[in-house]
Amino acid sequence: MSVLHEMPYLAVLVPLALAVVLAAGVRFWGNAAAWIALLGPLTGLAVGIASIGGGTAGTFTWIRVGQTVLRLGYDANALTVVMLLVVGVVASCVMVFSIGYMHGEKGYVRYYALLSLFTAAMAALVLAADLVSLFVGWELVGACSFLLIGFWYAKPSAAEAARKAFMVTRIGDAAMLLGMAVLWNATGTLELSAVLGKAATLAPGVATAAAICVLLGAVGKSAQFPLHIWLPDAMEGPTPVSALIHAATMVAAGVFLIARVWPLFEVAPAARGLALTLGTITALGAATVALAQRDIKKVLAWSTISQLGFMFAALGVGAWPVAIFHLVTHAAFKALLFLSAGSVIHGSGTQDLAEMGGLAKKMPLTAACWIAGVVSLAGIPPAAGFFSKDEVVASVLHAAPWAGVALFAASALTAAYAARATRLAFFGEPRGAKPAHESPWTMIAPLALLAVGALGLGFAGAPLAALLGHEAEPLSVPIAATAVSLALVGAFLGWRSARPEASADPRFAALTRAAYSGWGVDAFADRFVVRPATALARMADAMGDRLAIDGLAEGVATMASRVGGLLAEIQSGDGQWYAALMATGVVVLAAAAVWLVR
Amino acid sequence: MTLTLLALIPLGGAALVWVTGRFRPATVRVAALVVALIQLAFTCVLAVTVATHTPATMTGGLTSAASTSFWLLRVDGLALPLIVLTSLLGVIAVLASWRVELRPGAHFALLLGLQAAVTLVFLADHLVLFYAAWEAVLIPMFFLIGGWGHEGRRHAAMKFFIYTFAGSALMLIGLLLVGFTTGELRISALSSGILDPTLRTLVFWLLVAGFAVKVPIVPFHTWLPEAHVEAPTAGSIMLAGVLLKMGGYGLLRFALPLAPEAAHAAAPVFATLGIIGIVYGAVVALAQTDLKRLVAYSSIAHMGFVVLAIATGSPLALAAAMLVMVAHGLTSALLFLLVGQLYERTHTRSLARLGGLLATLPVWATIFVFASLASLGLPGLAGFPGELVTFLEGFASWGWWMVAVALGVVLAGAYSLRAIREVAQGPEKPEWAGLRDLDLIELAAAVPLALLIVVMGVWPSVVSGVMDPVARALSALVGRG
Amino acid sequence: MNTLVLSCALVAAGLYGVLTRRDLVAVLASIEVMLGGASLLLVAYAAPGVATAAAGQGYALLVLAVGAAEAAVGIALLVSLIRRGRTRSEDITEVRG
Repeated sequence: MSVLHEMPYLAVLVPLALAVVLAAGVRFWGNAAAWIALLGPLTGLAVGIASIGGGTAGTFTWIRVGQTVLRLGYDANALTVVMLLVVGVVASCVMVFSIGYMHGEKGYVRYYALLSLFTAAMAALVLAADLVSLFVGWELVGACSFLLIGFWYAKPSAAEAARKAFMVTRIGDAAMLLGMAVLWNATGTLELSAVLGKAATLAPGVATAAAICVLLGAVGKSAQFPLHIWLPDAMEGPTPVSALIHAATMVAAGVFLIARVWPLFEVAPAARGLALTLGTITALGAATVALAQRDIKKVLAWSTISQLGFMFAALGVGAWPVAIFHLVTHAAFKALLFLSAGSVIHGSGTQDLAEMGGLAKKMPLTAACWIAGVVSLAGIPPAAGFFSKDEVVASVLHAAPWAGVALFAASALTAAYAARATRLAFFGEPRGAKPAHESPWTMIAPLALLAVGALGLGFAGAPLAALLGHEAEPLSVPIAATAVSLALVGAFLGWRSARPEASADPRFAALTRAAYSGWGVDAFADRFVVRPATALARMADAMGDRLAIDGLAEGVATMASRVGGLLAEIQSGDGQWYAALMATGVVVLAAAAVWLVR
Repeated sequence: MTLTLLALIPLGGAALVWVTGRFRPATVRVAALVVALIQLAFTCVLAVTVATHTPATMTGGLTSAASTSFWLLRVDGLALPLIVLTSLLGVIAVLASWRVELRPGAHFALLLGLQAAVTLVFLADHLVLFYAAWEAVLIPMFFLIGGWGHEGRRHAAMKFFIYTFAGSALMLIGLLLVGFTTGELRISALSSGILDPTLRTLVFWLLVAGFAVKVPIVPFHTWLPEAHVEAPTAGSIMLAGVLLKMGGYGLLRFALPLAPEAAHAAAPVFATLGIIGIVYGAVVALAQTDLKRLVAYSSIAHMGFVVLAIATGSPLALAAAMLVMVAHGLTSALLFLLVGQLYERTHTRSLARLGGLLATLPVWATIFVFASLASLGLPGLAGFPGELVTFLEGFASWGWWMVAVALGVVLAGAYSLRAIREVAQGPEKPEWAGLRDLDLIELAAAVPLALLIVVMGVWPSVVSGVMDPVARALSALVGRG
Repeated sequence: MNTLVLSCALVAAGLYGVLTRRDLVAVLASIEVMLGGASLLLVAYAAPGVATAAAGQGYALLVLAVGAAEAAVGIALLVSLIRRGRTRSEDITEVRG
């Protein structure tokens, strides 16, 4: 244990080395790949456990010029430990689950190599003691996400989704770069301890600018409005990937980031207000969209966006330990839900809710796990989601009542879409074309483990808060009662309104269509960002580069050649013509000489 | 003597290869490879020697009669990384042209001759020698494009030649002005005080004219896409990998030290041009339909970072300029190598016709995805350290103008991912079924570059450390130290 | 003064011949006339009592030698051209830039 305690960066190096080993023997490892890769997250988990009582920190020099040094540092602090545990557990579960789910896939070893790389990058992100290392991890998880969403590269929709995910998050990353530059310029360092130590002394404008830039980075990564549009498309990736990257860990990195640099947000109220606003909009908006989805994974994707909105709202009112608590419980129940959905897809061969139905009889274990997840998601006591969501709503309500009310509504909607999806998938008459079957134990075991977490983690709230150096909020009975009753009403309405046909209630057809398409944000982005950018690029190429700049250069060349042609006319090749020219020249020169001498 | 050998090995090798040109092609290319490898080994030994020496410089040539000799050579932290890069890419270029069947003797001789000339540009410590080497670079490049290029090679070769020659004519005037007014021809003796203050601005802009075309700084870039598209693979590798670096090298070696006030005054102009290059190169790359043109325009965007870093002028930024140059040398060389290998198989570079190559050519496509990710500046790979530092330091000097650079960062993602999407991803095309994947020689060219890209990303100090004293001295001159 | 006028007249006449005559033999002869005019001036101004130095006479001798050499080469070229049946000045247009 002491090695793991002294060298927390092993949580990065081990999975990284495993990724290299796996990639080097892509044709060789075969089914052994999963068990090799599993060592990575287990190392991360072990490092997390070893560092619980206080971890080790250190730095490596990366670039040094004169007195200026950029260091890569690691710091296994309390927040890092929490994240390492989450990543370790979820990644281990996903890797075991994938043994069954990805069995027989062509890129089996490549899949595990990428998962290992992701584990390493995620560990680097959470271990980072400075913004450079953090950004390295931040971008690498994005790249792994790109490669894993596009795992089935031959499928055009998967390739497009992968590209979209990388591009949209990169907009946030560019903003984050700007934030880093602001901080570097203001404090002369990027080491978090130093930067955050100086946060209180920053000019308010500088602090606000830096915080907003960092927030935008988090908004991109955590799929908050308006940069949320990539996450639903990201469901093109294998379902276990969605569970790991697009539910539990990478998308939560934005929340982690803001919690990690909290002293900066402490002095930037405008950035906090923005986080609250965006979080609330996202929580409510995404929940309505989830209600209208037909694809089981899309329901969960929009649900993830919505739940991340809850976390951002909590961050916006300063309750970052609460946000982290919700992050932890959400990681458990959303990973559980995604893996259950994966089990459903594996067993039934479809991910369209309209083609499922009655699966509870065929897949009882999966159904039980799913229901555990759904109960937690909907916030029904005593599941974990109830406790964390209650704390989020309570803290937001306390600081910004309007947002609290919106979150109440979002909670009700959450219960509604959860109930709707549950009924459509597991109850009623079977509508599937193929007979469904229960999944193998390698898929059920991780589900069971996560189900325990999804149900039981609620009681980890107090120890978690203590670990993060805060006191847990006492449960507020009126708020909890309101939330639970709203959730029950929502669940009831969602259950009742669930109809398997593709067409919704005709009275709300237009509304449903609008919600189904994510209220048109995607179309808006396509119309006002993507297409103009493409057109601009074409125009710059055709008008600017070929016509104007190159045209000018070629024009000069053509003109030179024309003038040369004119001059060439003089050189007729006739000796007497040359002699005449020469004689004229001599006369002119002589005359000039005489005139000058005189 | 050591430095003289460095220039003479490839030159002698070129002669040797030329002579063996009548033998079987296999003999010729093995001879060329052996020469390039010897040169690389020699360079590495020299690099370690110089880098561990204090101060990290080495002089050579015919120094006994220093006042009259023009064969004066010198290596310092500014030249060393570029010389190593040149020797490395020399080997890669030889491997890349392994399958050249048209007059292989002449081809390899020109490649080695080009390598000798470029090495001499970075080695020269005498103005005349520098200028001679600078122009000598054009000749083998001209013949490589004109002789072994694609359909439009004549026009491209001519355009490349005239464009760069016009620039270097102005540069020559600048160099002559320096030589005649100061009487000092040793480059290492050229310092800020030596030039008449009234001449400095004029000399600065004359020199910049030559270097700006080479870098290339937008709007003097249009020769580059055309030269790249038409050039043979080895030519593109050398062109993007080291020839463009001559421009950055020139700016750092001559323009800044000779006229630091002019450089300081011109910094906003350069920063603007650099930022324009970053955004404009990326935007135009986004619209390309030819893979090689896309990579060529990405070069313009990356070299924009070099210009921006030089304009920023802090020690860290100048080191970053070198980091970006070396990183771009590795990344663009790898990309051009891959594009060349692909063209040998498909005889097309049209994005619309390619696709699904991850299924058809898994090894090739994996390396291509890797190289494209390196090109978009993914952390952990070569492009990131230099571009990050340029960004950080640039913000101190140019403030919120860096938003435009951030936009360029996004656009770099856009064109790189577009290349991946159009070439590697997507359904397998029957048109390309049955293409053979990379063989050992091709892997031997690509894999070392890929590994070095990782090394540079993880351990940038290997370059920035060597550059450190030069960067500090230059930065102090331009008043940003 | 007279010699100056005469030599100028000779050069002018020779130049006229060079520029206008089509026959290459005549062109060659006209060149000789020009050379003669120039030599005359050199000799006249180098005569004892007019100039102290005899450099002019030396130059005149040099001009004669050049003239002889030029005539030899010119006639040799001419002969070879005649063998090809081309004796007129517009036949020779290969001196193009």
